[in-house]
Amino acid sequence: MNKPTFNSARLRATALAMTLSMALAQTFLAPATAVAATEAPVKLQSLRGADIQASDPEGDGTRYGRDQPPLPRDFVQQPPLIPHTIKGYNITKNFNKCLDCHAWARAKETGATKISVTHFKTREGEELSSVSPRRYFCNQCHVPQSDAKPLVGNTFKPGTGMR
Amino acid sequence: MNTNNKGFLGRLRALGWGFAAMLFIAGILFWGAFNTAMEWTNREAFCISCHEMKDNVYQEYRTTVHASNRSGVRATCPDCHVPKEWVPKIIRKIQASNEVLHKILGTIDTPEKFNAKRLELAKHEWERMKKTDSRECRNCHNFDSFDYAEQGRRSSKMHQTGLNEGKTCIDCHKGIAHQLPEVEQAIGAPKEGATPEEFHPPTPKPEEAKPEADKAKG
Repeated sequence: MNKPTFNSARLRATALAMTLSMALAQTFLAPATAVAATEAPVKLQSLRGADIQASDPEGDGTRYGRDQPPLPRDFVQQPPLIPHTIKGYNITKNFNKCLDCHAWARAKETGATKISVTHFKTREGEELSSVSPRRYFCNQCHVPQSDAKPLVGNTFKPGTGMR
Repeated sequence: MNTNNKGFLGRLRALGWGFAAMLFIAGILFWGAFNTAMEWTNREAFCISCHEMKDNVYQEYRTTVHASNRSGVRATCPDCHVPKEWVPKIIRKIQASNEVLHKILGTIDTPEKFNAKRLELAKHEWERMKKTDSRECRNCHNFDSFDYAEQGRRSSKMHQTGLNEGKTCIDCHKGIAHQLPEVEQAIGAPKEGATPEEFHPPTPKPEEAKPEADKAKG
């Protein structure tokens, strides 16, 4: 219990030191910035409507929908979406929960989609007999879906061959 | 047994009914004290009073659904790891003296030591659960009461096929409350941990059962 407090105190000290050095730097650079400010007052506006300094508007919490059959793809080379909840599905050094169903050895029993053969290739283009380690973190590309309202409207249409 | 009983009763009669009543009350008190002591060691607070549990497995469990969920119904350490029935409970409690010994020896008193032993410890629990047909799971999860329409499409399918094949909870539900040891999953360098056969024990596929099921369909 004591250790984290000590650590956070150290962190705070580091942060304070950084703020101080930044303040010092600003006093030296102040003339230059002041000139720039008077010349062109730029009004920044974010696409999401909120002030540039403010954090994104808070949603009402992400909730995954019920399990679905595989979802259609919207563009060529799109990593297939995850049509089910992944709550509590951990990917750790010891164990990858995704592979527990999607590995070739498991897919038949579980009825899951097999990992694509493209995932057996290393970065150098060498074909392996098992999944390449660079594909270990599945949800870097594959993402689950929720029916959250989009923060920004868009006019995207799926590719002609994908409709 | 019988001869002993007779002698015992005879001696009791000689000592008089007052003494017998006292013995009876002492018995109740002893039993009460024994049971209280045993139940006292059957609490989450007792389990995590040793740092081996508190710093390792308890931390992993805290974020899982058995520890924290929508309605606050929890399954604490003894709900899964100590049988509810009296005889299996006493047997497990006696086995736990080995755990006390290793607490004293400091076998798993650092996270590094714990992780080095994780595979072995996990295998013991998998084996124990498998032997009893996941008895501690079924204290709460009664699969006769499963409503497959309420379950997701994946779980509904897997539960029905799995249970028909005679699988038990632990055959699939490993690592639900704690982190798993290394498991070989055919990705990257081979892992030293649990083999695929250990992690997903093959169901003894009755050769005659399958054609029967097909016949029933056709």
